[in-house]
Amino acid sequence: MSTFLQTLFVGLRLGSIYALVALGYTMVYGIIRLINFAHGDFIMVGGYTMIFTTPVMIALELPIWASVVFAILVCAIVGMSTELIAYRPVRKKGTSMSALITAIAVSLFLENLAQAIPQIGPNPKVANQIFSAGGIRIVDVTLDWTTMLTIGISVVVMVVLYQFTQKTRIGRAMRCVSEDKSASILMGINVNRTIVLTFAIGSGLAAIAALMYMAQYPKVYTTMGALLGLKAFVAAVLGGIGVIPGAMLGGFVIGLVESFTTSYVSSSMADTFVFLILIIVLILKPAGILGKNMGEKV
Amino acid sequence: MLEIKDINVYYGAIHALKGVSLTVNDGELVSLVGANGAGKTTVLHTISGLLRTTTGEILLDGINLQKVPASSIIRMGLAHVPEGRHIFSRMSVEENLRMGAYIINDAKQINDNLERVYHHFPRLKERTRQLGGTLSGGEQQMLATGRALMTNPKILLMDEPSMGLSPILVNEIFSIIQQLHASGITILLVEQNAKKALAVADRAYVLETGKISMSGSAGTLAEDDRVRKAYLGA
Ligand SMILES: Nc1ncnc2c1ncn2[C@@H]1O[C@H](COP(=O)(O)OP(=O)(O)O)[C@@H](O)[C@H]1O
Ligand SMILES: [Mg+2]
Repeated sequence: MSTFLQTLFVGLRLGSIYALVALGYTMVYGIIRLINFAHGDFIMVGGYTMIFTTPVMIALELPIWASVVFAILVCAIVGMSTELIAYRPVRKKGTSMSALITAIAVSLFLENLAQAIPQIGPNPKVANQIFSAGGIRIVDVTLDWTTMLTIGISVVVMVVLYQFTQKTRIGRAMRCVSEDKSASILMGINVNRTIVLTFAIGSGLAAIAALMYMAQYPKVYTTMGALLGLKAFVAAVLGGIGVIPGAMLGGFVIGLVESFTTSYVSSSMADTFVFLILIIVLILKPAGILGKNMGEKV
Repeated sequence: MLEIKDINVYYGAIHALKGVSLTVNDGELVSLVGANGAGKTTVLHTISGLLRTTTGEILLDGINLQKVPASSIIRMGLAHVPEGRHIFSRMSVEENLRMGAYIINDAKQINDNLERVYHHFPRLKERTRQLGGTLSGGEQQMLATGRALMTNPKILLMDEPSMGLSPILVNEIFSIIQQLHASGITILLVEQNAKKALAVADRAYVLETGKISMSGSAGTLAEDDRVRKAYLGA
């Protein structure tokens, strides 16, 4: 029973990280029908930003969480710049294939740029000190409060985000733009600005995910977002890409599948099971668990 | 009120509008009729800024709309009911209507406009929480029209409001158009149903492969032999 509970909480914790990253994929996909391959790398950007700004915050006698806020801002800016510099020009001129290739290029660019920066380099950095320095003690009990905090923060973020898209003016504009761009223009919605804002929010979430990921695996390296990003993308597709609650559900499903497989079968089978579930769901429900058939409307 | 002077519009190499000029005066209902593919939708899209001209002028109360960003044109008092309705299918009826008032910040004004639209379209009021995508074609047309009225526009562009509707609903939509006209809204109506469009309009233009071929009072055009042959099936 205690193994079961522990596995459950490990899965939920892992799932909340996947869910936050999946939200970034799904929001961007929802609004411009583009799989933002660079999104996983925004996690890396967030991770390094925290590593480098934490000592600064300590030196300035600012609270540690200020470096998280800073990382959110940096990720949001990187996300918005990606849209403005890379995706928007390609979208105006090219096909969806060229946009996809651009996304892969941005991903490689960010990873290689990071490696080229001498302070970062190819070797992983240990992130331990930022948590001990911040006084967040990772107590080694079944239900340590890092787990609780990870799940709690992620659930709060998701609820707030969902309410934001449902109830606020900007959130409604996002839903309109994701459904019908020309009708949105006729309503007076600035479509380009709405898209940039979506990038900012989705990318900001990557920074929060980075924090939680580092609390679990205290290591930062330039390709840290690659596998995490891929699994979160699978989560988004599983839940129904473009659908916000779908990303949350997909994230938790993948986290749980992974932790239960690791616990009860074998850790080497975890990824196999994740993809197996994906294939089964997509055969039964091609649009994903909560996916609606969203035709590409212009 | 609305003055279009000699506009040319291209889709790549396709020359879709070849020097189109037309005027809509204050309080008028003007119909633009023509066969499928003549360029009627292109005219309306160009007015709304969804498409841009290479030449010519589009003036709304003297202001050149070509210099106004597309998403700001609704602020000039011009609302557009697009062809195919384009309602937000995953939003409720009421959310759709509220999106129509996106540019308005005053909650009281939005609620007043909402009540007015519900007064025009009681059928929408019965379905405030229903998702737009689950409405019938006629209800969707009412929703798209109601949504466009949410800003109290000076001028309304309507693109094929009767398309795909049953004859009873076609009559209902046209009687709504007449009501709106009677309430003082200026309307530019695009229709393939030339008979109805000429019956309700003050004046009309006939568009043929990107050019205005005829214009005049709606009554005169309805009597014209060429119009009768080509568009009224006589
Ligand atoms: N997006 C587009 N790309 C290329 N050609 C188009 C496009 N939209 C319309 N056209 C062409 O422009 C002409 C006018 O179209 P349209 O304005 O839709 O006509 P109507 O509304 O009178 O049926 C047609 O020949 C049509 O094929
Ligand atoms: Mg048309």
